[in-house]
Amino acid sequence: MSHKRLWAWMTLMAVAAIILAACGAQQQAQPTAAPQPTAAPQPTAEPAPTTPPAAQKGGKLTILYWQAVTTLNPHLATGTKDFDGATVILEPLARYNEKDELVPFLAAEIPTVENGGVAPDGTSVTWKIKPGLKWSDGTDFTVDDVIFTWQYCADPATACTTKASFDPIANIEKIDDTTLKITWKEPTAAPYISFVGPQGMILQKKQFENCIGAAASTSAECQAANLAPIGTNAWKLREFRPGDTVIYERNPFFRDADKVFFDEVEIKGGGDATSAARAVCETGEVDFAWNLQIPKAVLEPILASGKCDAIAGGSFGVERIVVNFSNPDPALGDKRSEPDQPHPFLTDPAVRRAISLAIDRKAIDDQLYGPTGEPTCNVLVVPASVNSPNTKCDRNVEEAKRILEEAGWKLNGSVREKNGVKLIVTFQTSINTLRQSSQAIIKSNLAEIGIQVNVKAIDAAVFFSGDPGNPDTLNKFYADLQMYTNGPSSTDPQQYLQGWTCAERASSANQWNGNNDGRYCNPEYDALFEQLKVELDPARRAELAIKMNDLLVNDGAIIPLINRRTPNAKLKNLEGPTFNTFDSSIWNIATWRRVP
Amino acid sequence: MLQYIIRRILIAIPTLLIISFVIFAVLALAPGDPLAQFALNPAIPESTRELIRIQFGLDQPWPVRYVRWLTSLMRGDWGFSFGTRGPVIDLIWQRLPQTLTVVGTAYLIAVVLAIPIGIISAVKQYSIFDNVATFFAFVGFSVPSFFTGLVLMLVFAINLKWFPIVYNTTLQVVDWDTFTQQVRQMTLPVTVLVVQQTAALTRFMRSSMLDNLNLDYVRTARAKGLSDRMVVLRHVLVNSLIPVVTLIALGIPTIFAGAIITENLFRVNGLGALLITSINNSDTPVVMALTFIFAILTVVFNLIADILYGVLDPRVRYS
Amino acid sequence: MSEIELNGAVGLSPSARAQQMTSRLPAKPRTLLSDAWRRFRKHRLAMLGMFVLLTLALVSFVGPYFYIPRLAAQLEAIGSPFIQERVDLQTAIDHLDFMNILSGPTAIHPFGTDDLGRDLLARALYGGRVSLLVGLTAMAIAISLGTIIGATAGFFGGVVDQILMRITDLFLSLPVIPLTLLVVYLFRDPVIKAMGSPEAGIFTIVVTVIGCLAWMSTARIVRASFLSLKEKEFVEAATALGVSRPAIMFRHILPNAIGPIIVAATLEVGSAIITESTLSFLGVGFPPDTPTWGRLVTDGSQYLQAAPWLALFPGALIFLTVLSINFVGDGLRDALDPRSRL
Repeated sequence: MSHKRLWAWMTLMAVAAIILAACGAQQQAQPTAAPQPTAAPQPTAEPAPTTPPAAQKGGKLTILYWQAVTTLNPHLATGTKDFDGATVILEPLARYNEKDELVPFLAAEIPTVENGGVAPDGTSVTWKIKPGLKWSDGTDFTVDDVIFTWQYCADPATACTTKASFDPIANIEKIDDTTLKITWKEPTAAPYISFVGPQGMILQKKQFENCIGAAASTSAECQAANLAPIGTNAWKLREFRPGDTVIYERNPFFRDADKVFFDEVEIKGGGDATSAARAVCETGEVDFAWNLQIPKAVLEPILASGKCDAIAGGSFGVERIVVNFSNPDPALGDKRSEPDQPHPFLTDPAVRRAISLAIDRKAIDDQLYGPTGEPTCNVLVVPASVNSPNTKCDRNVEEAKRILEEAGWKLNGSVREKNGVKLIVTFQTSINTLRQSSQAIIKSNLAEIGIQVNVKAIDAAVFFSGDPGNPDTLNKFYADLQMYTNGPSSTDPQQYLQGWTCAERASSANQWNGNNDGRYCNPEYDALFEQLKVELDPARRAELAIKMNDLLVNDGAIIPLINRRTPNAKLKNLEGPTFNTFDSSIWNIATWRRVP
Repeated sequence: MLQYIIRRILIAIPTLLIISFVIFAVLALAPGDPLAQFALNPAIPESTRELIRIQFGLDQPWPVRYVRWLTSLMRGDWGFSFGTRGPVIDLIWQRLPQTLTVVGTAYLIAVVLAIPIGIISAVKQYSIFDNVATFFAFVGFSVPSFFTGLVLMLVFAINLKWFPIVYNTTLQVVDWDTFTQQVRQMTLPVTVLVVQQTAALTRFMRSSMLDNLNLDYVRTARAKGLSDRMVVLRHVLVNSLIPVVTLIALGIPTIFAGAIITENLFRVNGLGALLITSINNSDTPVVMALTFIFAILTVVFNLIADILYGVLDPRVRYS
Repeated sequence: MSEIELNGAVGLSPSARAQQMTSRLPAKPRTLLSDAWRRFRKHRLAMLGMFVLLTLALVSFVGPYFYIPRLAAQLEAIGSPFIQERVDLQTAIDHLDFMNILSGPTAIHPFGTDDLGRDLLARALYGGRVSLLVGLTAMAIAISLGTIIGATAGFFGGVVDQILMRITDLFLSLPVIPLTLLVVYLFRDPVIKAMGSPEAGIFTIVVTVIGCLAWMSTARIVRASFLSLKEKEFVEAATALGVSRPAIMFRHILPNAIGPIIVAATLEVGSAIITESTLSFLGVGFPPDTPTWGRLVTDGSQYLQAAPWLALFPGALIFLTVLSINFVGDGLRDALDPRSRL
């Protein structure tokens, strides 16, 4: 009997082994079963030798993102990576370059007041597109496709992520096959808001015609289209595994097809930023890695290995500390952090000023950010024309102590107090190695002037969420100080500067959705903002923007720390990638090339 | 026996319903926002994000959403992912092969290694072999997998350049060359997982063997003049494997769950990586589908383990 | 098979009887516990493990009182004095020194310093307090829950078993990360209020979360052992003698199932120490500036190339703890196993 059982055992294990092995074997077999196997790249590689230039044209460009592309329809993007994944296929009328200037892509030229494209009263803009453009399926690209893209996103049910860039449009008129006129709902100083940059990429009308409204996400046809849009850029899609890899191949109908260097482009996603940097700089497995948010002490030795260059510049946003002007004391219950509850000590300008003076921005930059940032005193740093030259924020601990002392905050043990109020602050931010190290430095800086800091770190998905029910969101701001990065999303700072007006104060009345999370309110600032809204002259707008920045900084409404220039890395033999503030990191990918 | 199995299957259905309800509730109530990435982008204001949430159906109360989810599941529809806005099930089919190759292979190797190591460790308790095995087992589970993974990556991929860092999921094995490539890219993640899984299994195997070695029937068998080898193989092993096999069977669903950290570290992008990115992005339909499929597998393998248990140990009665 | 296994099963009953006798006659000098302790002391590795564990705990809790003043004096000597007058562990772990970042082990910093120049030994000492407590408490919660649930399910069988095992399935399939976020979101403030201080509140939440999400495998193992043990003759004998059900479960069957429970317990300590660090990555554990061992390893592993000691020292401490607990566990098993007490 026990013999039998032994055998039963053996068989059982053998069966288990076979099942597991079969599973293993199966998916090694499966990819082979997939359509269009290895033969595909060969034919496109052929024409390369016929074109003479020195560098061997062709080959594959491998790009590594630590976040993976999940959709190729940029209007349904859930992250920067989706805009970038779509950039290889789709194009807008124009994009920003690294100097924050507009470069025509599908447009023949950039409309201006001088060439008559932009109406002087700011009511309309007229774009001319390049003649003879074709989609990658061989059909003609026309003005109708542009108009369609607007209609697609204007429908609230489509739920375009990019909807805000189409909202100001009242109507688009087709003048002829290559000319269109956009009329705005109200005169605007920002004529380039629509169809420009990552938010303005144009979809093919033929492919998405039936996808306006809820169908955009629910109908099978549209789901397929979202994962494989037809485009006008240098490559078209070959294979897409959402959340993992996108492989693109040449688009033979591209207007400058013979100038495109690479036959194939691959964007691989996943993993972490550190190993992405290593894959470029140490093993050379990939050509380009995106957004290397790593502490300097880790990044620098990797960059130093000599195989790669870091591409950093412009601004990825300003890392700042927001001061809470309302009282986050839990004892207040429902009234917690409401704008009508003044903060017990942060409403005292002396305390805000002292905090700003005590923080060692240089140390934060030297120890943590290194090549990925530089200290700044401004909240508005880009474009260069609005970066204020008037502010100063050098560290001065003695001055900070003196200011506190003068305002009546006396040391009691290691913490200052006045009228029984102690300077103990809760300082929150999202979970991120760099931010936790910054917290440690700031904690130590403030301890020096007698302010005790309790730090708190919150999961990014919670901290940045718009969930009105959660106590840990940055909008509710149930803490005294908080730190994060933000910056303007277009060259015109109006939208961004609106975030400090009284009307934008986050409160339960607006479901904590106001952009003014610090609940700063200053009539002087609001008056400047009203002027900005109606000003159409660019030079005067820039002047106003600088004034507003200075007011915010000098009043201690916000404590700017670091202008982040989170870098990308590329192999030394790859030419073309640039940094970019207002557009994609791979905005000019069609011109990238390998040099010997 | 058959009756028992049928009854268990009938119980499984309401169980799974309750499980699905609880998971759904947890996911619906847990904090998070699929559009958190755009939270601060002035170009994507809250009004737009609200529209997208409506499109995703997130404006409905969660019990309503649950009923909807359940009814479409009855029709075989797992819903669409917030990230890809495509069917969830497509994503899972795309990721399954990577996970089975890497995590499945690792599990198989771990089982094949752990059983003999556990046996020898127990039979020769406190011998040099046992002490070495114990030491490594403890290295295996007191060192987290991200640490083992990083060390292996630094040594073998970056310094020695024997293996790649970036796992190529689109690699198709068609000939010897691509096969070696596949083996090379699998080596590091598989090793990390093997180290971890072998460690725990070895300990359980050893402990189970020790329990049986001390039993009187072993003494009796020895007294009867059976050779040591016979006693160990025939009686002790068979009895000691009972709990271990249960454990192995119960571990099989975890293959499906993937290996979150290892997959992510080496960019294997299997189901584990899918789960963690979906959780981070609050892509609830994907998380829901993955967790629920995992729950089904757990229940099924639990049943299999119980049946196995009865087959292997006749003293266990089904009641 | 029948012959041998019958022998085996019959052979067990004397021990069960012996056990009963001891439990019935508490006045007898050789009790179960003193007996176990006597055997435990003979287990050399177990005693060593016990010694190491106690040392680690002692050093973590008492060590700072000797180490910190010395560190403060030496830092002052090299021109990097504490910014506050207080000389305690809290000040020491927050003390930054940009002149000495990523320094290797030296006389001043025996474990080296991290990327902000903080002293790693001070941080490891602080971390030891938290991690040892978290590891042991969470293990105790997980193992007791698992044992009680598994034992009840295995012993009573039938409907009880079905319900308990389906609950186990439910827990096994719950998505850990969203669940943890949810629990903390729902219970953090009430628990902190109930416990009186944020530290105690967070500690309670952390160990409860870890413990309540880790009992399932223990429950299954215990249930499996009970399923087979309850059919053995010594149980029948005990039942026939009129021993109460809880007594049979915990006095007679449980000691026979102790082996796998102890393995599970030792595994749990290590994984609890590491899980704690994962929790803080979700922002639900201790505040980000609490240097627990798990956190030190995770933070340090970034610097594996430039400063390997940052991860290796705390890693070795976790390893040493887990290994010691295992040896103690081995000793306990041998000591408590009723079959080896002849």
